[in-house]
Amino acid sequence: MSPTAYLVVASLLFTLGAAGVLIRRNAIVVFMCVELMLNACNLAFVSFSRLNGSLDGQVMAFFVMVVAAAEVVVGLAIIVSIFRTRRSASVDDANLLKY
Amino acid sequence: MTGEKLAFWIVAPLAVLGGVMMLASRKAVHSALWLALTMCNLAILYIMQGAVFLGVVQVVVYTGAVMMLFLFVLMLVGVDASDSLVETLRGQRVAALVAGLGFGILLIGAIGRAEMGTSVGVDAINAADAGNVSALARLIFTQYLWSFEITSALLITAAVGAMVLTQRERVFRKKTQRERSEERVRSGSPTPLAAPGVYARHNAVDTPGLLPDGSPAEVSIPAALGEVRRIVPAPLLTGRTGVSADAARTDSGEGDPA
Repeated sequence: MSPTAYLVVASLLFTLGAAGVLIRRNAIVVFMCVELMLNACNLAFVSFSRLNGSLDGQVMAFFVMVVAAAEVVVGLAIIVSIFRTRRSASVDDANLLKY
Repeated sequence: MTGEKLAFWIVAPLAVLGGVMMLASRKAVHSALWLALTMCNLAILYIMQGAVFLGVVQVVVYTGAVMMLFLFVLMLVGVDASDSLVETLRGQRVAALVAGLGFGILLIGAIGRAEMGTSVGVDAINAADAGNVSALARLIFTQYLWSFEITSALLITAAVGAMVLTQRERVFRKKTQRERSEERVRSGSPTPLAAPGVYARHNAVDTPGLLPDGSPAEVSIPAALGEVRRIVPAPLLTGRTGVSADAARTDSGEGDPA
């Protein structure tokens, strides 16, 4: 099976994630959309790894997973600390640096 | 080949459905669960393409750890924290939808036009080692060793960063044990509060425990459940227990003058 189908799925998921980052207001949901984009990239990496017959793409996907796990920890900590001070998880409410 | 195609056409629409529903759900918890569905299906897609290790890691790390962390923080922040419908920038939602649609069409169009040829496949390279895990480990610990070691710095930074970010500064002085014990004695109930459900018909936490005279002890219910309708089984208060409590009271009442 040609990798095009897998790549189309990956790009669909990436598009959904990107649109979600733009549309949603809840910081946690925005964060989940970022995760979806990272997952879509992983799928593309795995597909290209299979296309080329080398495991380098899988190693890349592995590192992306590690970075994503670290990013989730720090990002959720930021969201929790923002929620503590602003009592809201909406990205619109964190606007103190605007003026 | 047909088997893979069949599996693909089952799994891939489910993954995309999870993504769409994550975008469309009003409640953040629903979004998280739909994303978990997408991630599980992505794991199947990885395994179908020969990335067995990554498929398992996807389920364990992403669906197991990361999504549960998300749900944990959702519960911490408040489950009812749904999206506000107020648009800070007018027309931003529509613009975002149009931009997303255009981006997706461009991306898919470009990928659809590219000449990929047929896949070489990773079965040969997996078989050259003892399997997918060994082949990946050989790459990670030889060619990508430096990146792998950098990763440890990243992980420790993330751990320290999370601790620093969530640490709360103490505003007031910490109470000593003596102060706390004096406070408790002054509060009128130095002993621990009665547990819910003691001698009652239920052992649920919202069922008050019964005092020796058969009346429900309101303090035995956690304050957080104050809004919950307290289920006191009707026969408990008017039935046998109540009667026996009354009987006990009359007994003691008769006993006193004698």
